[in-house]
Amino acid sequence: MLEVKDLRISFRTEHGRVRAVDGVSFDVAQSEILGVVGESGSGKTISLMAVMGLINDPNAVIEGSIKLRGRELIGLSQRQMRGLRGREIAMIFQDPMTAMTPVYTIGWQIAEQIRAHEKIGRRAAFARAVDLLAEVNIPNPKEAIHRYPHQLSGGMRQRAVIAMALSCHPALLIADEPTTALDVTVQAQILDLIRKLRRDHKSAVVFITHDMGVIAEMADRVMVMYSGRIVERGTKAEILLEPRHPYTKALLDSIPPLEGEKPKRLRSIPGSPPSLFDLPKGCSFAPRCPWRFERCAEKPALEGGKHAAACFLKAAS
Amino acid sequence: MTAPLLETRNLSKQFIVGSRFSSLGLRVVHAVDNVSLKIMPGETVGLVGESGCGKSTLGRCITRLYDITAGELYFEGVDISDKSMRQMRPLRRRMQMVFQDPYASLNPRRRVRDLIAEPLRVHLNLGETEVRERVRKLLEVVGLSPDHMERFPHEFSGGQRQRIGIARAIALEPSLIVADEPVSALDVSVQAQIVNLLADLQERLSLTYVFIAHDLSVVRQISTRIAVMYLGSIVELGLARDIFARPSHPYTQALISAVPQPDLKRAGERKRIILTGDVPSPIDPPQGCRFHPRCIYATDKCRKERPILLPLPNGRTVACHYPLNGTV
Repeated sequence: MLEVKDLRISFRTEHGRVRAVDGVSFDVAQSEILGVVGESGSGKTISLMAVMGLINDPNAVIEGSIKLRGRELIGLSQRQMRGLRGREIAMIFQDPMTAMTPVYTIGWQIAEQIRAHEKIGRRAAFARAVDLLAEVNIPNPKEAIHRYPHQLSGGMRQRAVIAMALSCHPALLIADEPTTALDVTVQAQILDLIRKLRRDHKSAVVFITHDMGVIAEMADRVMVMYSGRIVERGTKAEILLEPRHPYTKALLDSIPPLEGEKPKRLRSIPGSPPSLFDLPKGCSFAPRCPWRFERCAEKPALEGGKHAAACFLKAAS
Repeated sequence: MTAPLLETRNLSKQFIVGSRFSSLGLRVVHAVDNVSLKIMPGETVGLVGESGCGKSTLGRCITRLYDITAGELYFEGVDISDKSMRQMRPLRRRMQMVFQDPYASLNPRRRVRDLIAEPLRVHLNLGETEVRERVRKLLEVVGLSPDHMERFPHEFSGGQRQRIGIARAIALEPSLIVADEPVSALDVSVQAQIVNLLADLQERLSLTYVFIAHDLSVVRQISTRIAVMYLGSIVELGLARDIFARPSHPYTQALISAVPQPDLKRAGERKRIILTGDVPSPIDPPQGCRFHPRCIYATDKCRKERPILLPLPNGRTVACHYPLNGTV
């Protein structure tokens, strides 16, 4: 469905060129959920903004290839992208309030989106909006379409945004931390909903999160990003049960358990993620890695077939 | 038995919202409703619950950043419910707060040296050399280097900024620290560092913590006891490890079961309870048990009669007519 090859994104700034994404390749198939994990600044959001064609900064340089159903997206005009967005690819964001305009009712906003892509009457579009709100389990959808975003709770708002994203049955849904701002009880409802949509519409989903627990629930395959590169990728079981990259391992170890004995101290990763202005020459994780050795002064490639890790450790041992 | 460091007796906090001129008129939000809680020296009490449950408001009432509407508040045996801001001032040395957003809680125009020195200058009459020496020590204690003194907050990462916030809080050697979501804004790899730092400081300085967070696994890690709040009231109170192993209140059970866990091996064993709907409005809370509209076990009794917090034989305190293991 989606095929990204050697994506590189950099920004020209007054302090020189900053490379936010450095050679990222991945693909997603129909009805598949790809989980993308990483900390702030790892490049996970910006990579998928590029897929959406939402990087409008004139100082951004995007190289590589992004293919959706075989069609190259890099180099498409804003106008051509606008035709695709919503119909073929849709994105939901962390904060549903910023994804909607506060001055129109949610029914109006969903109907507008449908009418932008299809030749359909106003009344028919509103009827579709009611059906969509019902599909995402908003109680009383006939009344709900007349509400404004601020009249809904966070969970309901995120549902409305999902309904909007689904209005034209997109082939690919990109979800950027859609539950981070929500309470766990509401998060469980939204995760359930996204799983159901994948089942019913066979959409491909890219799910961006920093929460390994959410990955365990949602993803089929996972890629772990660190300072603009993929450091490990594999199936969910491979990543969670047999992580190969020290960063993945450390990330999993630093989560306090919810059951069993409490560890006296949490295993933490020393230091903080490097600044993109001043990346280490070799492996970006090396300064924080307990297993670093001489070879880490070079940049490791992502190797190892389906379950791949960008680390020299495996080769050395 | 030792005396509690802090005690609330039927503490309530109400806010007035709306306008006299709006169609709805003035309305009362019962943000904290009749909370009685004893906090013993040296322990960590975790406050958990969904957003809007009143956990942060309770934290701010405890430190008297908010005036309380009703009830009593004792700190180190002294009634501080009605103390004026001026009378509170000497007590502020003994109780400090750490906030969620280290980006918002530090003045961006001041150097770290001055940020940490501020509480020392306000409360203690020390010479400048002495202040400098203390700031240097504090930086070391929270894992920063003395070179950082001359820098501004924006030169630090989120984790380092939270360390500065913690240094400010412990500068006056308080006995109680109320930490309101101190790690929620941080990356996972840095979260663990701060949780460890708080645990180390507690041991070194014999601190008592009230730890407010929505992340249940972090709260379990750091807390001795946990109070689960729902719509302004405590619904369950008990030892951290017991509550997570065997929750007694249906709300606690649902809350814990909703946390996604990265443990694939046990994924099959866990039963998930998905609560329907949202938290009701604290302006117009439901009759009877406030949790009954979302509770899967609710009966007629729950719809009519509001359960009170009662101790169970297992040492837990629960506000439920039908606690999940053992009877009242």
